[in-house]
Amino acid sequence: MSIDRREFLKIAGLTGIGIGLGATNLLLRGGLEASQFEPPPEGLTAERWAMVVDLRRFKTEEDYRRVIEACHRIHNVPDFGNPKDEVKWIWTDTFEHAFPGQKSEFIPEGLKRLPFLLLCNHCDNPPCVRVCPTKATFKRSDGIVMQDFHRCIGCRFCMSACPYGSRSFNWRDPRPFIKEIDPAYPTRTIGVVEKCTFCEERLAKGLEPACVEASRGGLIFGDLADPDSEVRRVLGSHYAIRRKAELGTGPSVFYIIGGEEYA
Amino acid sequence: MYDGGKIILGIAVFLAFATFPFYSNMGRTVPKAEPKIDTPVIQQMEEKECVEPKEFMRAEHMKLLNEWRDSALRDARRVYVSSRGKRYDISLQNTCMKCHSNKSKFCDECHGYAAVKPYCWDCHFVKEEARDEH
Repeated sequence: MSIDRREFLKIAGLTGIGIGLGATNLLLRGGLEASQFEPPPEGLTAERWAMVVDLRRFKTEEDYRRVIEACHRIHNVPDFGNPKDEVKWIWTDTFEHAFPGQKSEFIPEGLKRLPFLLLCNHCDNPPCVRVCPTKATFKRSDGIVMQDFHRCIGCRFCMSACPYGSRSFNWRDPRPFIKEIDPAYPTRTIGVVEKCTFCEERLAKGLEPACVEASRGGLIFGDLADPDSEVRRVLGSHYAIRRKAELGTGPSVFYIIGGEEYA
Repeated sequence: MYDGGKIILGIAVFLAFATFPFYSNMGRTVPKAEPKIDTPVIQQMEEKECVEPKEFMRAEHMKLLNEWRDSALRDARRVYVSSRGKRYDISLQNTCMKCHSNKSKFCDECHGYAAVKPYCWDCHFVKEEARDEH
């Protein structure tokens, strides 16, 4: 049997349509309806979450320790016991290290020694998000720079992009180094980058971040876009500085240092 | 046939290797996978139902879990509305495992039988008594 050109084109066209329909069917099958998911009713929402660290309220080492403990305990942050492998979500460092652009030899002696509470700044323009090749880290519509541990391939681009050192890499399996695992939160595995998520899992339950709760007023959390929020009220009446804001990252963590008490 | 002996030997060796999985498993019986749902929480339920019907969960739980993960983590939609209209908190550790607290008897039973090794448990924590090697 021989077919002419016209016949061949007809068959080829029909075959093409058949393959197309089959592929579409395969692609569409199995997906669940998007409307089956809802945001939690009791969750806290904002346009841009932000935090103010009021260092005047941190007087003793215990004040810092309590806040760091609260975070690291509920998020199963491992303690490897050496600075090389260290994993941290919230930690302290000196003024000179935290604000290298603002150091001078004439700052008050007390300020030089004052520990600064540091965490992910949840930047408005996060460099870590730009470099992530898998979109494991991304910015949510409420300003939180999220980390999807499932997608992280451990390339550590985000760690070199972050100017604040807010990200830690799991060089080793973290599980054996967690004192007491909180069964409500997952751990991480070896080869994954982790950082503070502004306790988005707590916000979804209507709770403030764990560090804020443990800080007894030293940390203020709220919506930067809402002029009536606590953070805006505090920022409107106090002079606050941000870490390396000159880089254009738009950090959402503010620091109130206070005046003469460090002199 | 040139080098006939070598060719035949080669074919014999190849066949021995290629069919190794078949004859090494011949006659071996693998116990049937029988996932158990007799956990304290499920025992107390009046109507023993999962978030979706049993048949759907059996066939599609992995897809459902993937959708749950993406919805909760990436879209902050942490409530799942089931086909029966019930609402569930999206959480493997806190919702699924609350009822199915017997990971070794519920999850691993079939996963072991089907020789699949999901890496959920590398991060998601299961309490020690239910924990088992994958």
